[in-house]
Amino acid sequence: MTASPRSVRTRSGAETESLGAQLAGTLSGGDVVLLSGELGAGKTTFVRGAARALGVRAAVTSPTFTIGQRYQAAAPLLWVAHLDLYRLGSLAQEDPDLLEDYLGPQTVTFIEWPAAAERELHGTLRVARRVTLAHAGGDERVIEIS
Amino acid sequence: MILAIETSCDDTCAAVVTRDGEIRSNIISSQGVHARFGGVVPEIASRQHLTLLQPVIDQALDTAGVSLEQITLVAATRGPGLVAALLVGFSAAKALAAARRLPFAAVDHLHGHLAASFLKPTELEPPFLALIASGGHTLLADVRDHGPQPALLGQTLDDAAGEAFDKGARLLGLGYPGGAALERLAREGDAEAFEFPTGARMGGLDFSFAGLKTALLYRVRELGEQQTELCRADLAASYQRAIVESLTLRVRRALRATSATRLAVGGGVAANGALRAALEQLGVELDIPARELCTDNAAMIASAARYTPALAFPDYLTLDVYASGERTLAA
Repeated sequence: MTASPRSVRTRSGAETESLGAQLAGTLSGGDVVLLSGELGAGKTTFVRGAARALGVRAAVTSPTFTIGQRYQAAAPLLWVAHLDLYRLGSLAQEDPDLLEDYLGPQTVTFIEWPAAAERELHGTLRVARRVTLAHAGGDERVIEIS
Repeated sequence: MILAIETSCDDTCAAVVTRDGEIRSNIISSQGVHARFGGVVPEIASRQHLTLLQPVIDQALDTAGVSLEQITLVAATRGPGLVAALLVGFSAAKALAAARRLPFAAVDHLHGHLAASFLKPTELEPPFLALIASGGHTLLADVRDHGPQPALLGQTLDDAAGEAFDKGARLLGLGYPGGAALERLAREGDAEAFEFPTGARMGGLDFSFAGLKTALLYRVRELGEQQTELCRADLAASYQRAIVESLTLRVRRALRATSATRLAVGGGVAANGALRAALEQLGVELDIPARELCTDNAAMIASAARYTPALAFPDYLTLDVYASGERTLAA
């Protein structure tokens, strides 16, 4: 996918969710979306909006502690996976199939703090989009999608 | 005698518990096993569980003074958690049970946290209100019986309470995870120094900590590096107060809604002194199990197994684990 990068300013968490939902409409099974941005920038909020649009009904919460969450999604997808690799120093120290259950042809996968995955899984991930979120004061965020 | 295994997140755990809820052993890898078996703790996840599981099981049996022949039920955490991590413990437990044709109980991790209160010596009897607050979960449940389907009254919509502690610590330069370090620093600070959001305006029984995290980030930025350094203890104390108030506010609402007179607290955040102090003010009977029963452990899984329908051999061989997000307690 070669959409040109665009930058959007959102004024609330709800707007950030809507932007995630918009992006979801362009995704299909096997796609991986990488998200960057510091603490509280709205990465999980953005994923929540996208997951809702993909048919997830469960509460979409932060995956930091468990590293990965997996949600049932609407057909033709089976799953929406949400990973946070912050706590993983490097995938090199882990089993090669550690994240296997969170990737696949019927899964759309969102990865926060993706550095470890990009290094180790380079070439095997089908990165559809990169989303960068930044604080812009109060509830405002500047979100760049490329 | 029940042998239970728990590998849903970082810790590799095994325990032996009697059918009537007496803990014979409760081994947690991060608490001592590393020293005994050597080895540096790698970052996390499945490889570490693979290395530690057998020694942890051996130690659980040793400490309990029982042999595998005396085990009549094997149990393991089925979910929620990280799939690769869960699979290590779940598969090993199934194999152990199958080799001896024993029955097997597949336990929900959150049912486990609630069931910690069913263990001796406390043996809390339902009905009661339960608050589970850990790094991965924050929820309120109306516990009417011992079974795996308590009524979920509220849960976090974004970050877990323990995660809010850890991420606050990260913003204050205390490292990650630094929830315990934040609590220590908070003791030297003024909890009234800064105003942080507690979600008081958000009605209902769900929790939200994402806004609080952002409020701390902005405050740290406003203050600048030097001022932040000077006010770190005040920031920690005020931030902790906001988390504690956010939790107790919803506990109060839930107590009103359910007319419960007893409150059980589980999860690692239950060890927080400020939270305990605030909950003690609520005027209800408070049950907080020992710290090693609040954080992830296998004794609570064994306890929950007593109230989970066990499967006979070979019915459990095809059972699979479930990931976080996939399933939760009954809403």
